[in-house]
Amino acid sequence: MSNTKSNAAAVFFFVGPSLAVIFVFFFLPVIAAFLMSFTDFDIYSLGNLSYMRFVGLKNYQKLFENPLFWTSLKNTLYFVVIGGPLSVAVSLSAALLLNSKLVKLKGLFRLTYFLPVVTTLVAVAIVWRFIYHPRFGLLNYMLSFIGVNPIDWLGDTRFSMPAIILMAVWKNFGYNMIIFIAGLQNIPEYLYEAAVMEGANDWKQFRYITLPMLAPTTLFISIITMIGYFQLFAEPYVMTQGGPLNSTMSIVLYMYQEGFRWWNMGYSTAIAFALFLIIFVVTMIQFRIQKETEE
Amino acid sequence: MKKAIIYSIVVIIAILSILPFVFMVSASLMKDGAASVYPPRLIPDGVTFEQYKSLFTRLNLSRYLLNSLIISVGVTFFSLFLNSMAGYAFAKHRFSAKKSLFKLLLSSMIIPGQVTMLPVFLMLKNMGMINTYFAIIIPGMASIFGIFLIRQFAYSIPDSLIEAAKIDGASEAKIYTSIILPLCKPILVTLGIFTFMGTWNDFLWPLIVMTDSSMYTMPVALANLMGEHTLDTELMMAGSVVTILPVLIVFLALQKYYIKGIMMGSVKG
Repeated sequence: MSNTKSNAAAVFFFVGPSLAVIFVFFFLPVIAAFLMSFTDFDIYSLGNLSYMRFVGLKNYQKLFENPLFWTSLKNTLYFVVIGGPLSVAVSLSAALLLNSKLVKLKGLFRLTYFLPVVTTLVAVAIVWRFIYHPRFGLLNYMLSFIGVNPIDWLGDTRFSMPAIILMAVWKNFGYNMIIFIAGLQNIPEYLYEAAVMEGANDWKQFRYITLPMLAPTTLFISIITMIGYFQLFAEPYVMTQGGPLNSTMSIVLYMYQEGFRWWNMGYSTAIAFALFLIIFVVTMIQFRIQKETEE
Repeated sequence: MKKAIIYSIVVIIAILSILPFVFMVSASLMKDGAASVYPPRLIPDGVTFEQYKSLFTRLNLSRYLLNSLIISVGVTFFSLFLNSMAGYAFAKHRFSAKKSLFKLLLSSMIIPGQVTMLPVFLMLKNMGMINTYFAIIIPGMASIFGIFLIRQFAYSIPDSLIEAAKIDGASEAKIYTSIILPLCKPILVTLGIFTFMGTWNDFLWPLIVMTDSSMYTMPVALANLMGEHTLDTELMMAGSVVTILPVLIVFLALQKYYIKGIMMGSVKG
């Protein structure tokens, strides 16, 4: 296109509506939430704004002193640190399998693996609740064949988070698998041919060609998976309500309960900002690690 | 040998992927209480549709289906227009703040949506839009991801096409409707499925803004039903089938576009 600037009216006409929506329903609320997190905005202020007072850092102080916040943070980290890498590993394995030249009917298998991704989370969480049923559940029945005694998956604090992780991996692995398959197909074939000629076995090819060539894809996947997993909500909401004994209470569930059940809205926005800060820091760390390993 | 091992793993993963759905469908076709047996059955003894019948007669499910449909179609329709306009301008128009503006949009994608929920809720409440379709449709009308997706695609449209239309005296609006939109059709379908399915499956936001039971979307209604009918396994499974079915149909019909969208969204994310 010519080097002159476009007609300002046209630009405004095309970009204006979207930016207006994003500004009013995203940027403005982010700023508002930040300000709210320094107030005691609660159910009384909801009726009359003059009841709202600035309280400085009190909400954040309360947050640091509240054991339930630390519990929810610990649970969320458990979910992210175990569930995230597990999801990525399963996605990569599935991608490698389906990318193998030995496998026929690739399209059909890919579609099958992908079905859990597109289905409604609330509905599958309900289905899995029954799969985890201690007496009649499918999982305990299958485990009984290898001699495992019935486990009260969602009622036992030791198993509740693993159960949620297992379901999340099942639900999500297909999405990243697709991205990995695209990444695998971008690796030039001659690299493998050269490796075979030099006598590299499957493992060596994977370790020295596939993994390094996939590094940018893996970084991207790790980051989106992590950001998504930090926002754990519907699974515990539907399956455990955060229980038993808060063992599946996540940060977003805690934020929801404080904000929309008890209407402690100032405090709730402080929780949301703590979540944002954590996601931000962890993402930066991941970028840094990636940069260092590249150098 | 190697082939046999690979195939058995591939098939086992496939079975594990669909087993929960098999259980869901078969339990939904059973009589009350018939799914709570040991060992669990994957094939119903006799098929009955009584669970589906009570969902639609006793439990008002058609209302929630309609709510979900109106909201999902509404968000999809408006967001396709707004995002495609902005995506096109970011790809093909020149304006001074373009680069920095786009960078700002992209980097703000790291902010989790939960941060904005309370202020947006309060804003909608003041406007009297809580418990209306607008509470979900209006904030969903534009998305940074959508603008990004369209922009990536619109880059590939040759400038010469737009130039030629300009020389012929076509207005900006005319160029958008008669050149850009038709050429962007594949990516519009992709974004449309993403938006429709994302809106249909969304839970937290509808849970917050739809507090009146007549305005529930399917996932919210289902989660609520779960509270009242914890022990009615067969009924809940039927509810899950009805919730999943519409998105599944959309996906199966247009899966090619959906898969392509995931791959595009991941390019230099």
